[in-house]
Amino acid sequence: MRALLLRDLRLAVRAGGGFGLALAFFLIVVVLIPFAVGSEAARLAAIAPGVLWLGALLACLLSLDRIFALDFEDGSLDLLACAPIPLEAVAAIKALAHWLVTALPLVLAAPLLGLMLHLPTPGQPWLVISLLAGTPALSAIGSFGAALTVGLKRGGLLLSLIVLPLYVPTLIFGAEVARRGAQGLDPVTPLLLLGGLSLGAVALLPFAAAAAIRINLR
Amino acid sequence: MSKPLLHTSDLTCLRGGVPVLDNVALRLMPGAALILRGPNGAGKTTLLRTLAGLQPPGAGRIDAAPDSLTYAAHADGLKPMLTAAENLTFWARIHGQDVRGESGIDTALAALNLTELRDRLAAQMSAGQKRRLGLARLLVTGRPVWLLDEPTVSLDAASVMLFAQLVRGHLATGGAALIATHVDLGLEAETLDIARFRAAAGRLADGFDEAFL
Repeated sequence: MRALLLRDLRLAVRAGGGFGLALAFFLIVVVLIPFAVGSEAARLAAIAPGVLWLGALLACLLSLDRIFALDFEDGSLDLLACAPIPLEAVAAIKALAHWLVTALPLVLAAPLLGLMLHLPTPGQPWLVISLLAGTPALSAIGSFGAALTVGLKRGGLLLSLIVLPLYVPTLIFGAEVARRGAQGLDPVTPLLLLGGLSLGAVALLPFAAAAAIRINLR
Repeated sequence: MSKPLLHTSDLTCLRGGVPVLDNVALRLMPGAALILRGPNGAGKTTLLRTLAGLQPPGAGRIDAAPDSLTYAAHADGLKPMLTAAENLTFWARIHGQDVRGESGIDTALAALNLTELRDRLAAQMSAGQKRRLGLARLLVTGRPVWLLDEPTVSLDAASVMLFAQLVRGHLATGGAALIATHVDLGLEAETLDIARFRAAAGRLADGFDEAFL
């Protein structure tokens, strides 16, 4: 299983692996916001938590279709299905690799982008904490969506349509933690719900993803 | 008499929910190879994928020891941005095999005349070289039963001989191989024409349209 994780990480940083793509997308979205809504500090500060969360979520979405599609095309997925490791573990490892390659850089870059949007200082740690707690759910849900659409030609758009509604609860609680943190309110309740969502998604969805892959491999 | 490595009885194979093969009975003993023949569309790939466990059989049973089969298909399962050695190392680790030593990746590379290409990216290999690397993968899985679907595609005559030698070596160590091919490999093997297992046309399994899934 470690071999699979190491391979996916290695592929991500080699040419064409897509490492940094999501980060660049996140950066551009956040840079575009002041052009769209004006550069008043007060207005930007008010929308910063929501915008940062939405930007991170869309950036996560960008690389989802690669999770299984590349392995499907070159036959690796067939061979992994015959390998001694269970497909459930394959799905979990793939979601973990996606999180490490895509979501973790977003979490680390978020404070910097928060500064650009005048996010109040007390909100900074809560933004990072909310992203840390919420992005595992995004990767797990996304890998399930990727498993559902794996055999389809150009399934990327369908994948977005399936996954975005499923992202709603994570977005609501994640942005709420960041907003409450920025306004100096108590963010613990939405943070607990967000953590619960992530834990539930990480625990259950690899099984659903493996079942979807089995059907798609037939 | 030793136990067969792979044994099927009354096996029905489905493609898109429609039976293509019925009552498939085959038996693969240690050290034996079985060549599958049949015209295009006869269901060779479907049979091999069913045996490999990639799709559930419509009926019947497949008897094989757990984790004893490996499958090689048209796609080689290679990552273009990894070198030959990295690709094989990955598959060896996934199957819990030693990467170094007697059964390691260097032996597998040498067996298919790929030692010089050890550190070349798979993306920069020719079709035949990729195919050979895909076949070298069989050695590092350590599995006794090989299910091979057109293994000689894009191989030149010398490589086909090399591959035949590889299969002979595998059989000599008690392995077995089920090979769907149109090429004469010069193996001492039985031939099974699967056209005689062809299912009656137009029948859906249990009247349930599984193709919808």
